[in-house]
Amino acid sequence: MADMLELGAVEARAALDAREISAVELTSAYIAAAEDTAGLNNYVALTAEHALEMAAASDARIATGEAGLLEGVPIGVKDLFCTAGYTSTACSNILAGFTPTYESTVTANLWREGGVMLGKLNCDEFAMGSANETSAYGPAINPWQTADGADLVPGGSSGGSASAVAARSALLATGTDTGGSIRQPAAFCGVVGLKPTYGRCSRWGIVAFASSLDQAGPFSRNVADNALMMQAMAGFDPKDSTSADVPLQDLSAALTRGVGGMKIGIPAEYVLDGMDPEVVTIWQQGQDWLRAAGAELVDISLPHTKYALPAYYIIAPAEASSNLARYDGVRYGKRVEAESLDEMYALTRAEGFGEEVQRRIMIGTYVLSAGYYDAYYLKAQRVRRLIRNDFDTAFENVDAILTPATPSAAFPVGRKVDDPVTNFLNDVFTVPANLAGLPGMAVPAGMNGDGLPLGLQLLARPFDEATLYAAGQVLEDAAGFIANPPRRAGGVS
Amino acid sequence: MSVDKTTVAKIARLARIHVPDERQQAIATELNGILSWVDELNEVDTENVEPLASVTGHALPMRKDVVTDGDRIDEVLANVPESTGGFFVVPKVVD
Repeated sequence: MADMLELGAVEARAALDAREISAVELTSAYIAAAEDTAGLNNYVALTAEHALEMAAASDARIATGEAGLLEGVPIGVKDLFCTAGYTSTACSNILAGFTPTYESTVTANLWREGGVMLGKLNCDEFAMGSANETSAYGPAINPWQTADGADLVPGGSSGGSASAVAARSALLATGTDTGGSIRQPAAFCGVVGLKPTYGRCSRWGIVAFASSLDQAGPFSRNVADNALMMQAMAGFDPKDSTSADVPLQDLSAALTRGVGGMKIGIPAEYVLDGMDPEVVTIWQQGQDWLRAAGAELVDISLPHTKYALPAYYIIAPAEASSNLARYDGVRYGKRVEAESLDEMYALTRAEGFGEEVQRRIMIGTYVLSAGYYDAYYLKAQRVRRLIRNDFDTAFENVDAILTPATPSAAFPVGRKVDDPVTNFLNDVFTVPANLAGLPGMAVPAGMNGDGLPLGLQLLARPFDEATLYAAGQVLEDAAGFIANPPRRAGGVS
Repeated sequence: MSVDKTTVAKIARLARIHVPDERQQAIATELNGILSWVDELNEVDTENVEPLASVTGHALPMRKDVVTDGDRIDEVLANVPESTGGFFVVPKVVD
C-alpha cells in the first residue's frame, strides 16, 4: 500500500477486510504521522502503546470475521471526553493529571465498533473558545498556511481534532459543538464536521460546558467517512437524561440519495454587512451546485438570527458557571492549599482556570444572580424560543438550509483582539443551530485567494441527519475538495 | 445596568474565584462591554413568549428511586488531591 495515510475510513475498512493492510500497520503509520507533525501541537497525549494493543486486537477480530463498523480505524479523541485510564483534562490546569476510571459513552461506542484510540487531542479550555488559543497546552496549529508561512489557528474549540484529521495524524476524530466548536474548525481546516441533533450522541462522560447546547460529533476527511463514524458513535443512552430514543437513519444509504426535488432554504439574514466577498462567492457557488444537482432553492427568513449570539453568550456562560462549580480542589486534580475552605476554593479556581474560562464563569454568575435572572437569563431563553420558532417555520417549506460555515477563513495565531465580543463573532453562523438543537454539517467547498479552505454549512430538521449527508455528498462531489494542506504527514510528491 | 468594581468583587465571591483588587476594574470594563452588547436582546418583544430551557421535546425520564450503583470508594477517591480513611480531606471548617 503506497501511502496508507491517503485512505479514507471507508477505504481503509475495505483494505483491512481484504487483508491488503493490517490494523497494526495502519495504526503505526498514524502514530508516525502524529510524531512527524508534533509541531502542530494537535495531540496533548499520544497513547501509542495502547493504540497498538487495540490494533492487534482488531487484527484478531478481522481474522475471525468479527469486525465492527470501525474495526482497525485510528481515531483521535478530543480531550473533553473521559477515557478510562488516560488523562482527560479538558485542556485545563484545574484538571491537570485527571485520569478517569470510566469511559464516556461515545468513546465506548467507538471502541465497541473496533475503533483504535490514538490519543487525546488539543482543544480550547473547557471548549470555551473559537481558535484553540485558550488551551492550557498552548494553541494547536492549522496545517494550512498562507504564503507568509505564519501559524494559523485551526479554529475551536475542537481545533486539535480538525487539525489532526486535515494533517493526516488521525483518520477520524471526535469533537464537541456547543456553539460551533465542530463546524467552525472543520471549515478552517478543510474537513467535514457534523454537529448532530441535540440528544443524538450521549453526553455521559464528556466534560460539560453548557449542557443544553453540548453535542458530540465526528470529524473526517470526507462525507462518507463521517457517516460511518456517526453510525458508530450515536445512540440512545439511559445514562444521559437528554439522550433521544429515536432510531438513527441509514446514513450510508443517504449518501447516494442526491438532492433531486429537495428544497433548500437560503436565509436572507445570513448576509452580513461587510462580509468577506470570497465567503459570499463560495456560498453562491454552493447554491449553484445544489441547483445543478436538482435541488430547488428557496429564499427564507430567520428574523431573529442577529439575536442568537447575544442570547448564546448569556445561556452558555450561565450553564457553564453552574457546571464548573464542581472544580473545587476537593474531588479532582488541582488544589491550592489555604487556611480556610473558602480561600482554598477561591485560590484553586483562580489558579486552575484560565482567563477566558474565568470571564465566562463571572458572566454566568452575574446573569444568574439575584435581581438579574429575569432581565438576562429568562430573557435569553425567551429569545431562544423565538429562534427555534424561526427554524420550525422555515422547515415547513424547506428540507435543508445552506449557509456559509464561518464569516472568514482561518486567521493567524496570536491575533490581538481587545474586545472579547470580536472573538464571539466567529460563531455567528453556527450558534443558531445549537440554540435550536438542530443538526448541522460543515463541508469544505473550496479555497480563498490565499490558499485557505472555506466551508459551507447545511442545517436540517431535528433527527434528520440523513438529509445533511445526502446534500453534503452532493457538495463534496461538486467541489472536488480533499484537504491536502502544506504541513501534513506523508504527503504526495 | 453597569458593573463596577464592587460588583466584580461580589461576583468573584459568588463564583469562588479569587480576583486580586488590581484586576477588578479591568474585569468590570470587560464585563460591561459584553453586557452592553447582550442588551441588544431588549429590542426583541418577548411578551407572552415562554422561556425555552430544553430542546429535547421529551419529558425527563423517571426511574424507581433505588440504589443502582455504588461501593466504588477507590474509584471515587482515585483523583482526589487528599484523602484519608476513605474520606475527602479539606481545610478545617469548624473550630
